[in-house]
Amino acid sequence: MNLLPGVARGRKALVPYLTGGITADWTDYLHAFEAAGADAIEIGLPFSDPMLDGVTIQQASDHALARGATVASILADLAATRVGVPLVVMTYANLVVRAGPAAFCARLAEAGVSGLLVSDMPVDEVAEVEQAAADAGLALILLVAPVTTDERLAEIARRARGYLYAISVMGTTGERATLAGSAATLAARAKAVTDLPVLVGFGISGPAQAAEAGQVADGVVVGAALMRRILDGATPGELGVDLAAMRAALD
Amino acid sequence: MSLMPHPVAGRFGDFGGRYVPESLIPACAAVADAFTEAWADKTFRDELDNLLAVYAGRPTPLTPALNLGAQLGIALWLKREDLAHTGSHKINNVLGQALLARRMGRTRLIAETGAGQHGVATATAAALLGLSATVYMGTRDIERQRLNVHRMEMLGATVVPVTSGSRTLKDATNEAMRAWVADTDRAHFLLGSVGGPHPYPWMVREFQRVIGAEARRQASFTPDVVVACVGGGSNAAGTFAGFVDTPARLVGVEAAGGAAMSSGAPGVVHGARSMVLQDAEGQVAEAESIAAGLDYPGIGPEHAHLGAIGRAEYRTATDDEVVAAVGRLARTEGIICAFESAHAVAWVLRAAGTPDLPTGSAVVLTLSGRGDKDMR
Repeated sequence: MNLLPGVARGRKALVPYLTGGITADWTDYLHAFEAAGADAIEIGLPFSDPMLDGVTIQQASDHALARGATVASILADLAATRVGVPLVVMTYANLVVRAGPAAFCARLAEAGVSGLLVSDMPVDEVAEVEQAAADAGLALILLVAPVTTDERLAEIARRARGYLYAISVMGTTGERATLAGSAATLAARAKAVTDLPVLVGFGISGPAQAAEAGQVADGVVVGAALMRRILDGATPGELGVDLAAMRAALD
Repeated sequence: MSLMPHPVAGRFGDFGGRYVPESLIPACAAVADAFTEAWADKTFRDELDNLLAVYAGRPTPLTPALNLGAQLGIALWLKREDLAHTGSHKINNVLGQALLARRMGRTRLIAETGAGQHGVATATAAALLGLSATVYMGTRDIERQRLNVHRMEMLGATVVPVTSGSRTLKDATNEAMRAWVADTDRAHFLLGSVGGPHPYPWMVREFQRVIGAEARRQASFTPDVVVACVGGGSNAAGTFAGFVDTPARLVGVEAAGGAAMSSGAPGVVHGARSMVLQDAEGQVAEAESIAAGLDYPGIGPEHAHLGAIGRAEYRTATDDEVVAAVGRLARTEGIICAFESAHAVAWVLRAAGTPDLPTGSAVVLTLSGRGDKDMR
């Protein structure tokens, strides 16, 4: 399925990330993101042990869990929310394994989710979820990293659906002052082997980095920079302004 | 065929695997390739065996616990890992991995630690081999295992306090893996137990196999029961490996507050599919034990497999039983063991003379470490 139809028309995709349940009225951020020009939105299902996440998204996850957010409550909130862009769930393997891949994917689909990204399920371990996602009509998004070999890149590109998520830098999620040089190299390598949109994420912290990444990729994922603002108390309206600036920089 | 063979694709039955982000896959593969090659290389094996002998003090004795055994009506033998250099079995794995890291051209060791025994061993090997060491340790463990923090610092390691989550071993492991992602070119992740992504569960078991192999050679009898404490499960894995092809019952003893085998469910944590203490949605639970080294919600995947096929049994001991066991072993045998190791002793104390451990049984118990760290 095509999660980002705008890319085929030359539009650069803007995909913000939001930790599910981070505030009581967290779904208001979804509407603000949509209004600011998001093409899709990644929803993080908070996990107790997010080993790929830096301190900001760790704090966001802890905050959501401490508030009492659960997979069930987040999916119920989503099911009760009308959002006009595709929603992608990003989480960790244990939540999927615990529920069972088929049941987990079915619940996501029922809540109106269109895609799934499991950070710690590399292509070698993804088979059981691949089938479940396909059966539920979910696009299974896979990660590629600067160290991914050509052979693996080809395999990942062959099996990914929705878009290919290129990790810009060797490290965890989090705000960074500049876009790593490895981002451009990886985006170019990925685009050479797939027709899927290639999005750059990790460390996209502001309009300048978004624009820079947009030069080499089909779009960007913005996570920690937004979560830092929410943790500091920014309202949906204020975050909409931030995101609109990135939209403008990409366009 | 051995019950504890080379895992195919990193799997032990339904457990194991390599559940790490794509960024860590090449690093894991590089460790697997390097270990496979080194383990088949006589030069590497000779260098490790020599270090284990002239530096770590191996072989460690198999001590007959005559007084306690007589009281319990069993023949009890203690495999004395507490007498290895740095005070626990951790040195066996650390020397192996540190030599491997140097062979791979790595200059920095990254490790997690709970009780601090693995951190001390890592700091020790780094000092010996001229590598730098960064050890992640939860602030709760730093408070209760202060002596080992001083030892690590004395040895030149950097101890990084971890304040996330439960501030114990689970969180220190997360942080060590995050540090590794950012420095895979220079650093080797020196995981201290038989968990983590392939090849760690297999590699660490192989480096700890020396415990069981020595004990089997030293024993003048065939034990009825082989018992060891289990957190992640490295001393138990190494011990079991020496006896898995004998009729001996293999018993692993977990902390009652961190009993992944007894109270957990299948899950994925720290790179492996195994048994995990968790809630109904898959949030990992916080373990709670007097023994920092067993204060861990998971267990190595090979233990999950040995339990699933019925080859090993997993029991628990409570904090109170453990404290009593430390005292009883000290007063009967003159050996002060670590809280972790005392879990195995506690099970023997409880089970001896019952159908679970009948009078007259011959028991080999791995005493994984010494108790100085717990004195305060």
